[in-house]
Amino acid sequence: MAETFLLEIVTPARKLLSREVEEVSAPALMGEIGVLAGHAPMLTTLNPGVISYKKGSESGSLAVGRGYAEVLADKTTILVDTAELDSEIDAETARQSLAKSEDALKNLTPDDPGYQDALDAYDLAQARIRIKERHKG
Amino acid sequence: MPSLRDIKRRIKSVKNTQQITKAMKMVSAAKLKRAQDEIIAARPYAEKMLSLISSLAAKTPSESHPLLSAGTGESPKTTVIFITSDRGLCGSFNAVLMRTVERFLRESENAVNLYLIGKRGIEYFKRRDLEVVKSRPYGGARPNYGHAVEIAQEVINSFLRGEVNDVRIIYSEFKSALAQRPVVQRLLPITPEKPPEAEEFMVEMLFEPSKEAVLSSLLPKYVEVQVFRALLESSASEQGARMTAMDSASKNAAEMIGGLTLKYNRLRQAAITKELMEIIGGAEALKG
Repeated sequence: MAETFLLEIVTPARKLLSREVEEVSAPALMGEIGVLAGHAPMLTTLNPGVISYKKGSESGSLAVGRGYAEVLADKTTILVDTAELDSEIDAETARQSLAKSEDALKNLTPDDPGYQDALDAYDLAQARIRIKERHKG
Repeated sequence: MPSLRDIKRRIKSVKNTQQITKAMKMVSAAKLKRAQDEIIAARPYAEKMLSLISSLAAKTPSESHPLLSAGTGESPKTTVIFITSDRGLCGSFNAVLMRTVERFLRESENAVNLYLIGKRGIEYFKRRDLEVVKSRPYGGARPNYGHAVEIAQEVINSFLRGEVNDVRIIYSEFKSALAQRPVVQRLLPITPEKPPEAEEFMVEMLFEPSKEAVLSSLLPKYVEVQVFRALLESSASEQGARMTAMDSASKNAAEMIGGLTLKYNRLRQAAITKELMEIIGGAEALKG
């Protein structure tokens, strides 16, 4: 049995998850990071994407928006704007929002103030779809 | 002297009012429950955010970020975000807030402009000669995080442009269904309290990409969270105040109905007695 640590995921509207896990991977600003128990203390910003965790044979994933992760040796706290469990994601709506954000992106240049938001929406929609497809496969 | 029919009509109308106040009380109770749940749900995020900010800010000098240091505006100016409800019939909820904002306006040394949230406050300041940056009613919607983000962004931008150098938020804090307390809270510049355990907590923390980058993205988020919390507290307070007000209104109505019914019965009895006397009197007269 591998060592476990507490993973907490909270959004402004609710506490989504609080459980012991063995491994977490999260979309940090500089690329995907993997966290195991006993990780060095770290604070990082997160990009929109997929957070997945594993405990034994159980595993789960969430689509999250922008946020922060605070990693301590025995506890990892993730603060995000929005988060959805895989069971809450609707593939159809995800595809629609992907198409919508794609359109929005086409009309924007990186200098526009709304560009970052549109890009985030796009990433989030993609994350949702990735989770859905993984579950099918 | 009101006639029997007048009193009967009166009783009926009070009964109708009582039914309405009872229903409103029940509705508020249900909404209050939901608002309370929302506050509780939002708490972990806000607390975590606060502890992150405090520990980070304790490690960085206040000049390192514009949101931490007092604004550079030449003429000192304060923005007050004033949160009231959209609807009335909630006891002294809005009146207490108005008093608080009035006191703040009197005592403030700076020029003040207002950011009004909720129709009651907007109506109140309509006829007044004060600068209003923005008015936004709730429009029946529950406070959601998106609103808080918009509000926070607007005041942050005006703060960063140097238009104001102080942002306060006045709202009603939710103590319990029976007690709400108006509070004046400073939103900007951010002045986090230093937590006692900050020192050991921060030992050798890694930052990605850098401490400054993390801080500068956290600070606006913190303002958003504060605004969001104020909105939630205010909405819970409003429901609490309405529930209490409607409860006492229902009680008063019940009392009034009791009094009127007594009066009605007495009058009715008096009328019956009078009629009897007349009949008896008439019969006596015929006899003789």
